[in-house]
Amino acid sequence: MGGDFSLELESESIEIIREVAATAAKPVMLYSIGKDSSVMLRLAQKAFYPGPIPFPLMHIDTTWKFREMIAFRDRRAAEIGFKLITYTNPRGAAEGIGPITHGSAYHTDVMKTEALKQALDLHGFDVAFGGARRDEEKSRAKERIFSFRAPGHRWEPKVQRPELWNLYNARINTGETIRVFPLSNWTEADVWAYIRQENIPIVPLYFAASRPVVKRYGQWIMVDDHRLPLEPGEKPRTLMVRFRTLGCYPLTAAVESTATTLDEIVAETLGATTSERQGRVIDHDGAGSMERKKQEGYF
Amino acid sequence: MDTLRFITCGSVDDGKSTLIGRLLYETKLIFEDQLEALKADSKKFGTQGERLDFALLVDGLQAEREQGITIDVAYRFFATPRRRFIVADTPGHEQYTRNMATGASTAQAAVLLIDARKGVLVQTKRHSRIVSMLGIRHVALAVNKMDLVDWSQLVFDEIELAYRRFAQDLGFETIAAIPLSALEGHNVVDPRHAAMPWYRGQSLLQWLESVPTEGREAAQPFAMPVQWVNRPNLDFRGFSGRVGSGSVKPGDSVRVSPSGVTSRVKEIVVGTGSIAAATAGQSVTLVLEDEVDASRGDVIAVASNPVESADQFEADLLWMSEHALLPGRPYAALIHTKSASVSITHIKHRLDINSGAHLAAKTLGLNEIATVNVSFDRSVPFAPYKENKRLGAFIVIDKLTNETVGAAIIHFALRRAVNVHWQALEVTKTVRAEMKHQQARCLWFTGLSGSGKSTVANLLEKRLHADGRHTYILDGDNVRHGLNRDLGFTEADRVENIRRVAEVAKLLVDAGLIVLVAFISPYRAERQLARGLFEDGEFIEVFVDTPLEECERRDVKGLYAKARRGELKNFTGIDSDYEPPESPEIHLRTIASQPEACVDQIVHLLKS
Repeated sequence: MGGDFSLELESESIEIIREVAATAAKPVMLYSIGKDSSVMLRLAQKAFYPGPIPFPLMHIDTTWKFREMIAFRDRRAAEIGFKLITYTNPRGAAEGIGPITHGSAYHTDVMKTEALKQALDLHGFDVAFGGARRDEEKSRAKERIFSFRAPGHRWEPKVQRPELWNLYNARINTGETIRVFPLSNWTEADVWAYIRQENIPIVPLYFAASRPVVKRYGQWIMVDDHRLPLEPGEKPRTLMVRFRTLGCYPLTAAVESTATTLDEIVAETLGATTSERQGRVIDHDGAGSMERKKQEGYF
Repeated sequence: MDTLRFITCGSVDDGKSTLIGRLLYETKLIFEDQLEALKADSKKFGTQGERLDFALLVDGLQAEREQGITIDVAYRFFATPRRRFIVADTPGHEQYTRNMATGASTAQAAVLLIDARKGVLVQTKRHSRIVSMLGIRHVALAVNKMDLVDWSQLVFDEIELAYRRFAQDLGFETIAAIPLSALEGHNVVDPRHAAMPWYRGQSLLQWLESVPTEGREAAQPFAMPVQWVNRPNLDFRGFSGRVGSGSVKPGDSVRVSPSGVTSRVKEIVVGTGSIAAATAGQSVTLVLEDEVDASRGDVIAVASNPVESADQFEADLLWMSEHALLPGRPYAALIHTKSASVSITHIKHRLDINSGAHLAAKTLGLNEIATVNVSFDRSVPFAPYKENKRLGAFIVIDKLTNETVGAAIIHFALRRAVNVHWQALEVTKTVRAEMKHQQARCLWFTGLSGSGKSTVANLLEKRLHADGRHTYILDGDNVRHGLNRDLGFTEADRVENIRRVAEVAKLLVDAGLIVLVAFISPYRAERQLARGLFEDGEFIEVFVDTPLEECERRDVKGLYAKARRGELKNFTGIDSDYEPPESPEIHLRTIASQPEACVDQIVHLLKS
């Protein structure tokens, strides 16, 4: 996998994105600001060029994203001119729910899963794009590209619709929705190779830099703002670190790295001995935890 | 570097997941944290004692890990210095065959696993037939668990011979038989001959690295289904889609099917720039020289070799639903980018999975394959699947549940549709109806048994007759004594019952009559079929809405009592469904209104 990118993957993804635009009543693209979302956004631009992207992008803001992510999001929306919708669970915000005070599982459930369902219902979106890839996690490896959701956004992994060829069944009844994953067949290495080839802007946190970190659960957690409580006498260390994946800041661990260019990141990814989701604290909640979250409506 | 998409398939417990886990492990695609998780999982769920259970790497659903089986297809990715691979690990259980077909439909090669102790099983044959139907031409026969038969050449040779004999009519270009042990790692990645000095061939990975990846589409004439018309402003109009076959460059003459309009390619837009040529598989946007009219579902092809259109085909159909296929029932279909309505007009024969024999069939059940005649409600551009997968495949969707229930590949168009033209008659329906001073209509009464359909229809006919109108009543019970005496009350027979009556009603309307049809007609799909036979405004659906309790209370013919006693099977409302109309032209609520008032309501609408 010498860092080459397969054009076939790009064509497949563009076909999927166009298919949604042609068949959905009210589609939306979930935009998480991470590298996969950045790739998905570029593919959407390409799919409809010279026209604009014919659907809005939506960011579910848990209020615990890295500050650099929010700044990047607003900058990209202004540069490209896509329609951006942001949504925060009002109940969670009112109750001040956060990963540190309420634990990662509850925080994710309320501020991501519940918020997402609320936002989809509020706007009446029938199809939502997500940037998930099949190589990320075992239950994702099993999911269809057009993934049908019963009313209430539930995923029933045991009775997925057959999905043959490139013929995507987009028919749904009232109350049902579809999640669509244009990057299903991409690997982490493909994503980086494409970012390098297309020179796609990404959040600077992906590049190594000196950042203040503390050790939590055996992993490096970045001190992004004052909300991360320090142990008595604990002082953040400054280390050269970067992120392979970006989520909520106390739930996403950094890795020590000196990769400051895309070439170095690609080289590091190809030589990696651990998976990118290792930096995601929520995935370690137990075998099958992702499948359970997905059934409940998580992306 | 090119990509090979392949599937692993075979019977339950042949070791498919173990084989993929081994491939990932030996090509260093398993990360340290995943290996840690695997070690923990192997202790908890593993079936290999102290050893790592590689199957747990791919069986990702909780239910799969608990039961130790594969339910759905899992996609995995790995690469060697020579090639990238996308592998679809497909389930072996017969009940999950549709998931196996999902994985096979996009694959270029198949690895068919066989347990050396068991040889060629029914499920091996089923999967081989589906692999063949879906057009995969390269198959590796991976004879696994050789360690359990003492690496015996005799066992291997017998299996290979039996399989080649079975597969001789399946159209495979290559069948590579490879003896291996996924558990021990023999002949999976490196050829290891120590245990089997009699085998000098490739390892499985060597075979996967050398299988040809190009499809037949590249060598075919250019054709591209229009997926999306890109018209952001008055200055730009492009036709977006994925090239289905051949290649195209600016200046090429093209023709749109089915309209037949021609033009030339002006520009090929890919991403934010233009390219000099596009080939099969690429997503592009074509700008044409002229302002031609083309929309989603049309096909743009090279002018010298335009794509044919037809509405009737012979096809192979894999049925994927627990609900049986009902010939005559309208289903939704998607062929390349074209949506249409289809019905299966005739099941030519069902395929016996084991022997390949052709069997007679009136219906198709889950996982059955048949050769059928299929009729689309409109002309669609197509190519035979053998020549062009993109233009020759379609899926069948249930209109009520929206489930994908069938997958089909087109053999050829039936010329019937082209050659049998309607006899154009000079005395037309309009002329006949005018002579009777009326508009020909079909009033379709639907409702539960005992809801009052016949009562209202009879009263209405009397009223119309008195008014000088020419009418006729088709009543469910009466027709069943004659025309439909051969039909029972199964779902399939009910569909046929309605189809015949709808056709008779159509002939009578053509004769200029006002036809009153009083049939329970419980399914939306069949009422939709009836409606589709008539011109706009000719068909009036009358919903005789009487609650089940009230019908049962009236029980004029004593049928409800019989059904409750279990003496009458498939009785609508009791043990067979009634699907009420969603938007009938007339909705009669018989509890609130007397029959005379109902008739007034209908007469009022007929006059307006």
